[in-house]
Amino acid sequence: MSQHEAAMHRPSVHESAHLHVTGAARYVADLPGPPGTLWALAVRSPHAHAVIRGIDVAAARAIPGVYAVLCAGDIPGHACWGPIRHDEPLLADGAVHAVGQAVAVVIADSEAVGRAGVAAVGVTYDVLEPILGIPAAIAAGSFLDDAPHVITRGDLDAAFATAAHVIEGEVASPAQDHFYLETQAALVVPEEDGTWRVFSSTQHPTEIQRAVADTLGVGANRVVCEVPRLGGGFGGKESQATPFACMAALGAWVTGRACRMVPHRDEDMIATGKRHPFLSKWRAAVAADGAILGLDARLWADGGWSLDLSGPIVDRAMFHVDNACFLPAVRIEGRACRTNVTSNTAFRGFGGPQGMLVVDDVLRTIAEVTGIPEADVLRRNLYGDAPRDRTPYGQAVDPTRLPRVLDALDARSGRSARVAEVAAFNERSRWVKRGLGLQAVKFGISFTNGLLNQAGATVLLYTDGTAQVNHGGTEMGQGLFTKMRAVAADALGIRPESVRVMATSTEKVPNTVATAASSGSDLNGAAVNDACATIVARLRPLAIELVGEDPVFAGGEVRGARGAMTVAALASAAWARRISLHATGFYATPGIAYDRAAGRGTPFFYYAYGAALVEVEVDGRTGESRLVRVDVVHDVGASLVPTIDRGQIEGAFVQGFGWLTMEDPRFDAAGRLVTHGPSTYKIPASGDVPGAFYVDLLPDADQPGVIGGSKAVGEPPFMLAIGVLGALRDAIRALRPGRSVRLALPATNENVLRAVAG
Amino acid sequence: MPTEITLRLQINGEQVRRIIPANRSLLDFIREDLRLTGSKHGCDVGDCGACTVLVDGAPQLACITLAAECEGAAIRTIEGVTDGGGLHPIQEALHRHVGAQCGYCTPGIVMAMTSLLEADPHPSDSAINEALGSNICRCTGYTKILAAVREVARPGSPS
Repeated sequence: MSQHEAAMHRPSVHESAHLHVTGAARYVADLPGPPGTLWALAVRSPHAHAVIRGIDVAAARAIPGVYAVLCAGDIPGHACWGPIRHDEPLLADGAVHAVGQAVAVVIADSEAVGRAGVAAVGVTYDVLEPILGIPAAIAAGSFLDDAPHVITRGDLDAAFATAAHVIEGEVASPAQDHFYLETQAALVVPEEDGTWRVFSSTQHPTEIQRAVADTLGVGANRVVCEVPRLGGGFGGKESQATPFACMAALGAWVTGRACRMVPHRDEDMIATGKRHPFLSKWRAAVAADGAILGLDARLWADGGWSLDLSGPIVDRAMFHVDNACFLPAVRIEGRACRTNVTSNTAFRGFGGPQGMLVVDDVLRTIAEVTGIPEADVLRRNLYGDAPRDRTPYGQAVDPTRLPRVLDALDARSGRSARVAEVAAFNERSRWVKRGLGLQAVKFGISFTNGLLNQAGATVLLYTDGTAQVNHGGTEMGQGLFTKMRAVAADALGIRPESVRVMATSTEKVPNTVATAASSGSDLNGAAVNDACATIVARLRPLAIELVGEDPVFAGGEVRGARGAMTVAALASAAWARRISLHATGFYATPGIAYDRAAGRGTPFFYYAYGAALVEVEVDGRTGESRLVRVDVVHDVGASLVPTIDRGQIEGAFVQGFGWLTMEDPRFDAAGRLVTHGPSTYKIPASGDVPGAFYVDLLPDADQPGVIGGSKAVGEPPFMLAIGVLGALRDAIRALRPGRSVRLALPATNENVLRAVAG
Repeated sequence: MPTEITLRLQINGEQVRRIIPANRSLLDFIREDLRLTGSKHGCDVGDCGACTVLVDGAPQLACITLAAECEGAAIRTIEGVTDGGGLHPIQEALHRHVGAQCGYCTPGIVMAMTSLLEADPHPSDSAINEALGSNICRCTGYTKILAAVREVARPGSPS
């Protein structure tokens, strides 16, 4: 047997790490473009809602270096785009519905000239009253969906009739800007015979390909979209990279020259959608021992002015209202509101975090009315043995996994001793108090639109034993390419250094889905494995002939009963026998289906689990808080690359912590975003992260049916940060014992101070 | 059209002389005119640190620095850190600790930390946090970046 270790399940640096640390990693804006590459800059609406009376482009066109100014009527193909419903005009046609909506696009020979051109375009508006905020949309009956989505189970009336406590509450959660460090970016290069090569910082190359082809009125086979890497995505480049690529494509089409569009940060923040704010109202029936008997919850999301992905985001929020808790009788209703802000979009968790805040608020209230600690209320309400193992929509939950995670967390964090230490600290300290928050997470893995759960791959083995791997996923820092390199290396029996994962391109793998829903490694990993297996199956008879029975491919060698040879020698021999060394692979997740009308089904292939114990310190005089310590146990199955998974867990937690405590997007009364740069919109900095941050991966957690026994990791740990809220409440309670804590979000210093005073 | 000026400065040890618009930012000069694209546009208002370069050894935000201000200065960019081809210890440590995820903020962090460690080879945790406070990362949660810097600052001690 070969002694080579597998590439999977071992720590590894990021496959581009040597490029990242030397500045040699190229992002779209770093690509030089052919000589004479032009710039596209958008004229954007200053009004949240207005009728366009006229657009005067003459002065802009007269500026030397301005090549064209394009309006809606100049688009040669489809004028509207959208990831589900094509309800967003690429350039406003007669009316604007949000500040930052593109009205015209200026094509110029430099960014500076383009800016002058944008300033010279005169647009006349008749300003209309905007609808801003969820309550205003509800009052106006302004929705993006035709009817609410409803999930019900059990006898809610009976639950309320028999309840020891009937409680109710309301949760308003804020927007969040993605703040990917690399802004949106596209470069479109015209090639011969009416074809176009699009370089885009997108999570969804196929959508860019389709949208550019539609905009230019050509077939998809005339457009190639290539993605070198993203400087962060987090959902913000799932659908909303599209208009930037399409506007650059218009510039290339109208001039015959290459054209790029790379907005500055403030334009990016003003023009692109954010995490959906949600307003949720709930009423719960609770037994004397703190068990939830019934929950009636209504959720509204602020979708902004167009549908974008708001429908499935509301769905996922509804699927996660329960989080880790069994809800015997339940009614959950969700709606997406149409308002006059930029169209809100995917963001890590995709509604899941907003849904989980509902049950978090329920558990808090139960603790306050029963006097049982929040952590104990959580344990009391966890999923259990049948019939307590079914979600509101009927999917079975493994009731053993989360208790295992929580037990491991109790041990790793020393939770019971820590509760006593915090109490002792608070006894000694008059104004500065500490608090502990325990958070459990159960997060469904799969696109809830079942048909999206598919992926393809193309693997090329060369006669020197090296391979190129192409798959449909994009690398945006999450380490997907590092994982795919390990999968391919093990499947082909070569070393990871012999595998290159190629830039994502629609000419290598077609008809792909977005790299989203934490699904990148599950879906693409299975497809890559399938392609590699096809190649190995073709090589195996030759290997038996050359090295004997039962050949094992590992570490660049093929070893059989009679001897060994290198994979390179085997590949060369195969070439000489005219055996194909390249193959495609495909994967479709089995067994998932959801009936939206009935509110029943199995939308998820499995659940990812995790838990965190968060300790904070609050200064009751100023409202300032800090993270003292965070302990995490997370279930990533059999981790494909543990170093990558730890990075995802830590980064997700800090991003969730930012959403809940400091990131505070503000709009003025006219619907203008006033926090459009890092000076006014604060994301966590190095000084904000906990001094002690411990992350354990749950051992012995192989997930059947998933590549390498692994589990998805991108989104689930984001929601571990909800534990920060429990910890803040615990500390605030120590400042004002015996009273209910109402902590508005985000829990900024101001809001913490209000909760202390309230 | 803006006034043009003749700019002479040193980039990564090499003398450069170019005629540029007087209002050209140092970042655009480096990225567009010299095609050194390791320094990044992040926020364009001097708050994220992705464009950090060293001007006469001190970290400076190239997006809010006029190229013209750097007449006669010695500029070091990320491309000039690996002189002779070997990684700087901070690059090596970030590499090994998986301190980069998307990598976009990494060049700026390398420059800021290079400057810190050249001024003080053994900075305290609070000095590290102070110096790193000018650089935003959205992916990592900073833990691995801090571990890498601490390891270089205090070799041998647990990070």
